[in-house]
Amino acid sequence: KDYMFKTLGLCLHSCRSLSALAELPEMHQILRQTCRDYADKELAPIAAKLDKEHSYPAKQIQELGAMGVMAMEVPEEFGGAGMDYLAYSVAMEEISRGCASTGVIVSVNNSLYIGPILKFGTEEQKKQWITPFTTGEKVGCFALSEPGNGSDAGAASTVASQDGDEWVLNGTKAWITNCWDASATVVFATTDKKLKHKGISAFLVPMPHPGLSLGKKEDKLGIRASSTANIILEDCRIPLGNMLGPRGAGFKIAMQTLDSGRIGIASQALGIAQASLDCAADYAQKRNAFGAPHCQTFKLADMAVAIESARLLTWKASLLRDSKKPFTKEAAMAKLAASEAATYCAHQAIQILGGMGFVTDMPAERHYRDARITEIYEGTSEIQRLVIAGQLLKEYQQ
Amino acid sequence: MSGRVLVGVKRVIDYAVKIRVKPDNSGVVTDGVKHSMNPFCEIAVEEAVKLKEKKLIKEVVAVSCGPQQAQETIRTALAMGADRGIHVQVTGKDYETLGPLQVSKILAALAKKEDAQLIILGKQAIDDDCNQTGQMTAALLDWPQGTFASEVSMEGDKLKVVREIDGGLEMIKINTPAVVSADLRLNTPRYATLPNIMKAKKKKIANVNPADLGVDLTSRVEILRVDEPPQRQAGVKVETVDDLVGKLKDTGRI
Repeated sequence: KDYMFKTLGLCLHSCRSLSALAELPEMHQILRQTCRDYADKELAPIAAKLDKEHSYPAKQIQELGAMGVMAMEVPEEFGGAGMDYLAYSVAMEEISRGCASTGVIVSVNNSLYIGPILKFGTEEQKKQWITPFTTGEKVGCFALSEPGNGSDAGAASTVASQDGDEWVLNGTKAWITNCWDASATVVFATTDKKLKHKGISAFLVPMPHPGLSLGKKEDKLGIRASSTANIILEDCRIPLGNMLGPRGAGFKIAMQTLDSGRIGIASQALGIAQASLDCAADYAQKRNAFGAPHCQTFKLADMAVAIESARLLTWKASLLRDSKKPFTKEAAMAKLAASEAATYCAHQAIQILGGMGFVTDMPAERHYRDARITEIYEGTSEIQRLVIAGQLLKEYQQ
Repeated sequence: MSGRVLVGVKRVIDYAVKIRVKPDNSGVVTDGVKHSMNPFCEIAVEEAVKLKEKKLIKEVVAVSCGPQQAQETIRTALAMGADRGIHVQVTGKDYETLGPLQVSKILAALAKKEDAQLIILGKQAIDDDCNQTGQMTAALLDWPQGTFASEVSMEGDKLKVVREIDGGLEMIKINTPAVVSADLRLNTPRYATLPNIMKAKKKKIANVNPADLGVDLTSRVEILRVDEPPQRQAGVKVETVDDLVGKLKDTGRI
């Protein structure tokens, strides 16, 4: 009887998958409204202040944790919300629409920190490293990039060598989001330099920890309420049991994690883009009571098309992932489309607002600054194009 | 005591929407307009869920009267923590003329059917601002009422209600079963948690016909006309206080 219901569920799920692109299922609509209400009431009013003061929204992260937003995909037995990636994408977009910094904090915790542990961790590791990170009290981070290599993840120079019953990590990681506010990190280090990218392994390191120190907080153009800095590892010792997944699987873990992370960032970019459109449309309507000049309404139309296209790509990638189908190409397409939509919409929003778009009285300038990073992190637009082309050509070769 | 609470939830035009009157002045435009749960109903649901969390009551039943879309409002109540829902189907002309008298008859009938111990409603809906349903329901059931509640506590089988009144605050003690209407400061409604949104999917919503409850939906009120408030006119500046007094007298204001 159980199997019958599961099969029925899968059939309904597939039917639902296609129609979900046209209109979200009811529970996702309720979720979207809930997150939108939260973002409108609790995030949007403080976003400018958070940005100006570079302050971490600890209270809001805890509130989001209590709602289940900090661990959306995690099964309830480990303290999460047990929802699908479409739900995660919808929630991420609404949160980011209120505050892009809060969005990235939520995204990194969900996709980059919890994600790989959920997929590759042992049951014990999940209990230890996921459960305390579901409530918003603790957040995690993901340390892959280094000063010497960002896009070229396989060239990791951070080293992990075994010493008795410990791993000893040495090296520097760069551009790590959340690190000044995090209580743990997933770190990628090479255990066999000769094997190149096949010699990289993943490790779980608590923070703070002897041998782990943080560089100065970067003074960023945007998403300023989230901390970004170097993580410096000097003879950082961790138990052997802190390796995540098999030895040498680090690169694969990183790439798979980033596939999902891209859906999160695409959703963040959608939120920024939508906020820009909202701001521009609202301003255009009020400012031009007797009919907006054509060039302005055409701009709004172009912005709406860019957002809706990117959103459909993002939802498709989410639905494919939820159906356990390959989604690498679609996730890269979503991230590429959404990030370019975000920078485009933010740019046009300032143009529509004119002088008002250039001052901090209106949020347009913050959206412009927040949007920019979405084309860079979790895989630059160039990397996304590489991934898409690679997947595409594979299809043609079949 | 059944430990069952009925909470009425009304689907209204969202508070943030700019209301527009229909060209024929028969009502306001509702097609394609964003709707949500009446804010005072949200407060009512929150209070009921809190009572259940304190283990003072056993079951929260969310009730809404209206067409198919009323189910969305019930689902939101379920996501906030209500246990099950009752959708009283009212459509078409009946829905257009649905008002406090009919709704209170429906609620009274349901209260008897469900053996409810307590009914919590919002003090008023933000579309019609009637502030009548709670009072009428109590009268029909011959139950005590605690309206404009800013605080509710249970003491055995009695209810202590702090009411917001013109002069300040009034505290009353009433027997249960009773009707309470929620005022603004009663509580701050929670954001639904994601696990609760998921759980809400599985909670039951029963469909009920007003006729099965023996309720006649005929309205005794006829809406003649709906107009927008007069456009705000520009003000006039005067030089002195005497001028001001003069102007006020001239226009018959004083």
